[in-house]
Amino acid sequence: MDAPGTPLVVLDHVNKHYGDLHVLNDINLTIAKGEVVVVIGPSGSGKSTLCRAINRLETIDDGTISIDGQPLPSEGAALAKLRANVGMVFQSFNLFAHKTILQNVTLGPIAVSKKSKAEADGRAMELLERVGVANQAKKMPAQLSGGQQQRVAIARALAMQPSVMLFDEPTSALDPEMINEVLDVMVGLAKEGMTMIVVTHEMGFARRAADRVVFMADGRIVEDTTPAEFFDHPKSERAKDFLSKILTH
Amino acid sequence: MVIFDNLPLYLEAFLQTLALLLLTIVLALPLGAVIAAMRISPIGSLRATATVYTEILRNTPLVLVFIFCFVVLPILGVILPFMFSAVLALTLYTAPFFAEAIRSGINGVPVGQAEAARSIGMTFGQTVTLVVLPQAIRSVIPPIINVMIALTKNTSIAGGFFIFELFNSGRRLVNENGDQVILVLVGVAAFYLLITIPLGQLADFLERRVVIRR
Repeated sequence: MDAPGTPLVVLDHVNKHYGDLHVLNDINLTIAKGEVVVVIGPSGSGKSTLCRAINRLETIDDGTISIDGQPLPSEGAALAKLRANVGMVFQSFNLFAHKTILQNVTLGPIAVSKKSKAEADGRAMELLERVGVANQAKKMPAQLSGGQQQRVAIARALAMQPSVMLFDEPTSALDPEMINEVLDVMVGLAKEGMTMIVVTHEMGFARRAADRVVFMADGRIVEDTTPAEFFDHPKSERAKDFLSKILTH
Repeated sequence: MVIFDNLPLYLEAFLQTLALLLLTIVLALPLGAVIAAMRISPIGSLRATATVYTEILRNTPLVLVFIFCFVVLPILGVILPFMFSAVLALTLYTAPFFAEAIRSGINGVPVGQAEAARSIGMTFGQTVTLVVLPQAIRSVIPPIINVMIALTKNTSIAGGFFIFELFNSGRRLVNENGDQVILVLVGVAAFYLLITIPLGQLADFLERRVVIRR
């Protein structure tokens, strides 16, 4: 086990284009073990692409991304193995629609980590208990509210015992009254020392749980600082403009 | 009446049609599934191979595929039993249709399902077999059965290539019973319907049974 502070996720001169759009422009970012980094920025700034590139759901044109010192493999079994170590939570939950809540959480441990069903079930129930949906274990995803589904999605990712968790706008598809139940789970995770990269617009979460805020615009990292510094004394015009737009209402 | 007088002949031909149909399904359905998997695979050369194969076979008249298997292959030195050649031709021709039916069902599964599967460390094969295909099944069943119904009718082409199946039996009976052509053909049609109508019913039944809520 590495000590806190060791670099865990390292992006080095990462570039990606969508046609003419330079969606990731020379991104350099190091995330240490145990760090909680919130990535913030206007839509189209490349923050989701950045998050998805870290477990290679998006390919990059050049530069390197490494996790725990290992460069991302390009395809095949090595990539699958690495992804098992990187948890991902999506905006649209993406629970497996043909599986029960419990099976959603146990599928990875059984199919990927080759755990026994009994062991996977036990661990899954603990995780569902922890995110507060254990009483829904036998239901199908479509029977749950969005907030419940997203908490199950977090449990599903945790079941693989990842060393880093990626959150790609985890509350953007939720009704307002369900946002907090998901954020509470995330704050709990952060307090326990999980390394987290969170793309979100939730300022409250950033202030409460983040060690760093990374502000992106037009494919570049414009600011990389503490939450207090970013929200109270943004340096760039781009960040001031962005904050004035989202904080005035 | 000509139909009942020749029932044993009809039955023999019907069984041959059934054999062509079942053998082709048994071979073409797995082949189609493999082609469909190749077309969505992350490996470019597999995608290209499957696409070229699909486009060529799907857009070639079935008679030409038969001529290839019955005329061109023997010229090239590959001499096969007639039944073997017929099943080969039908399989080569039908597999791409199965592949397209399966692929359309796969495309109906939201891409986030596959992303979620891969994000917890599943390989491409696990993603397809554990997450995508089980959800694609429901939307895949009706088009697959449509392909089977078309295949049932397509087996008649084999009648022109030395196989004594329903269409061929009709031809022989027409020659022998020139005064009862309509009845002979009604008999042939009835035996085809004996296969195709239950297939359609099966499609409806399965579609109702396998429902996935979103």
